[in-house]
Amino acid sequence: MSATFRYRLGHKYFLKAKSLLPQLLTTEDSAGSVSMCYESKRQYVWAPHLYQAQEEAVAKYGGRHTVTLMTGDGVGPELLSHVQEIFRYAGAPIDFEIVEINASTNTPKDMENALLSVKRNGVALKGNIETKFDDPSFKSMNLALRTKLDLFASIVKCKSIPGIPVRHQDVDCVLIRENTEGEYRQLEHENVPGVVESLKIITAAKSLKIAKFAFDYAVQHERKKVTAIHKANIMKLGDGLFLQCCKEVSKEYPNIDFNDLIIDNASMQMVSRPSQFDVLLMPNLYGNILGNIACGLIGGAGVAAGMNIGDKYAVFESGTRNSGRSLKNKNIANPTGILLASCDMLTYLGHSDHAKIIRESVLTVISDKQIRTPDIGGTSTTMDFIKAIIDDIRPKTLAWVKYCRLIMLNNCSG
Amino acid sequence: MTYSMTMKMKPFLPFVISRATNITLMRNIMFKNWPHIPIVFRTLHQSDVLQNATIAEPISRPAGKHTVTLVPGDGVGPELMGGVREVFKAAGVPVEFEEVFISEISPNISASLNTVLDSFRRNKVGLKGIIKTPTTFKGGALQTLNMRIRRELDLFANVVLVRSIPGFQTRHNNLDFIIIREQTEGEYSALEHESVKGVIESLKIVTRKNSMRIAKFAFDYAMRHGRNKVTAVHKANIMKLGDGLFIQCCEEVAKMYPKIKFETMIIDNCCMQMVSNPYQFDVMVMPNLYGDIVDNLAAGLVGGAGVVPGECYSTSVAVFEQGARHSYAEAVGKNIANPTATLLASCNMLKHLHLEYHSKLIEDTVLKVIKGGKITTQDMGGYSSTTDFINAVVHSLP
Repeated sequence: MSATFRYRLGHKYFLKAKSLLPQLLTTEDSAGSVSMCYESKRQYVWAPHLYQAQEEAVAKYGGRHTVTLMTGDGVGPELLSHVQEIFRYAGAPIDFEIVEINASTNTPKDMENALLSVKRNGVALKGNIETKFDDPSFKSMNLALRTKLDLFASIVKCKSIPGIPVRHQDVDCVLIRENTEGEYRQLEHENVPGVVESLKIITAAKSLKIAKFAFDYAVQHERKKVTAIHKANIMKLGDGLFLQCCKEVSKEYPNIDFNDLIIDNASMQMVSRPSQFDVLLMPNLYGNILGNIACGLIGGAGVAAGMNIGDKYAVFESGTRNSGRSLKNKNIANPTGILLASCDMLTYLGHSDHAKIIRESVLTVISDKQIRTPDIGGTSTTMDFIKAIIDDIRPKTLAWVKYCRLIMLNNCSG
Repeated sequence: MTYSMTMKMKPFLPFVISRATNITLMRNIMFKNWPHIPIVFRTLHQSDVLQNATIAEPISRPAGKHTVTLVPGDGVGPELMGGVREVFKAAGVPVEFEEVFISEISPNISASLNTVLDSFRRNKVGLKGIIKTPTTFKGGALQTLNMRIRRELDLFANVVLVRSIPGFQTRHNNLDFIIIREQTEGEYSALEHESVKGVIESLKIVTRKNSMRIAKFAFDYAMRHGRNKVTAVHKANIMKLGDGLFIQCCEEVAKMYPKIKFETMIIDNCCMQMVSNPYQFDVMVMPNLYGDIVDNLAAGLVGGAGVVPGECYSTSVAVFEQGARHSYAEAVGKNIANPTATLLASCNMLKHLHLEYHSKLIEDTVLKVIKGGKITTQDMGGYSSTTDFINAVVHSLP
């Protein structure tokens, strides 16, 4: 009886949200703070161009961008220094503002400075900051960053890289995950001793937003199918609402197939037949788990790139968001993931030619030259890998210089 | 200590250890092992000195990206640009110029405005001489050609790099500050009309959008170049609304940059301070007309229009020119103009193109020639001609 009542209550809220739907899809907040500007006519621009709000947020002068570089813990600092090196050789028009932030600089002021820096520059590249889970007072800074910058969407692209010895060679899926609510709201309390309530929050507004984002992404990147992942058979109201929102949005995109899968089944399908997936749309925790499964399928934590996108800001990081503490300073960490993430960043900022050069070189080195770090079945060190990439990039960028020198020599001798 | 550090760094030794990018890594290692030692490294983008010290070889942008628009301008512009071309050729700079001649005083041989704009938009980077504007109004459009180029390309920020040249004595030495000026609105909006006979209204426009934009640019520029202070110059005691808005926007933006000191100064006081104690300034940001005046004033402090480079930025286009904009038409054909400003501007352009190696090469050579003291142009108290100077630079290139 009470369950039915609650269900009705939930449904009422949903109907209310539904009545807001057209408004959500078209209104632009005049204050310019959190605006849900999803006019269907306007493209989701973070491919070649940016949204107006995103464009205003980036620090771009004379064609050069400033990007915040958050060093993070573990292998973050060393991998990010490699990224800078490679950007220099590729001539990417990016200047980095380096913000040293890691688990040891955990004061509110450090956090505030990092946030301000991202707000100034609009874009950040980030190593993961370790969260000490044995200390309950330690708030996750990664999470704080995502919520304070309202980075509502996390995208992890999982595509098999030829040459990496893995079981499945045909993985090509995109995992889009709600990034700010769900289990990650950090609303936990102990009502009576021994009983802890941990609240999972699902709202219609954010579910509609992420669903819309996923379908827009699918249209933009010529994907065919969107699969919503949920557990609505158990969490009938929470995940039910999420699923309902997804279904609602899917009706606006008749050209894109839509289906839904329960999370347990999805995990099984992911490891047995991953090729069936195209775009996956998930609430927060499921996205976390399934994302790691998918990254594991294509070669582990070192090869997947991830990005967090909001209405104004974007933060790019490795796909599985781990800091790799055990690999620190051993010169064996795999920079592929963070490099691919930095290529995504270049694309986001409109420097797609530089992104292409770097991405191609990374893939050539892994697949054709077979220089790989130990985690993907190679024997090379990080430095060897980076050096191979640079050697691959140099002919692409130095051709012009050599040509000019040649002319000069001819002039001198003539 | 040194030994253990070497051991720690060993895995990185086969690779370039002197690169600025690895300093982050080195700093982390040092901080971990010897937290008591204060670490004074600065990062790649923050310090010109460090950046130049670590540039070992030419790094370029992808092929086909090096075409630069060249607008020679009026007056001595074409002579000076010829000098730049010569120096670039001698230094083997991988830049190809796309020359477009545009002029307001000789319209018969001038290219159309659209040709210039297309070229700038295509190449994204340009080197520009000064286009002379006739002061007498003969009817037609109020906007000058320079203004129209800026307006069309939305080159909202003008940066003038005021730096004393070593070896060239002026009243103040060792000056190093930056003046940033909004240059699309304010008094330069070209909105003037005669409301009743004998009464002219000239409108000065200040908008929130543009003020925020220039303020953010100034602070971003300060961050990028490792500067510590931004001074906003205004006249909000008289123009309480117009300049008031400008100052309000600057204050708002300053809150986003806790590491940079922010202060305001009234324009008349600023001019006095600048001639009496210019060392107090670091980065200055101001609206259009004040910027124009202060630019020229500051250029005068370090040696005049011939030695101060400047740059203009929109979001996607960067145009490099002289800091104090004078075409110096009196000197045409006399071979006496000072090419230092144009050469330094072209060095900044190379830096912008990520050709730091060539930039440093040319900049060092120019400064070396001036410091040598033998070959200086008339405005610097010497007797050499423009060609002498250019030849000296070409021959001194390593």
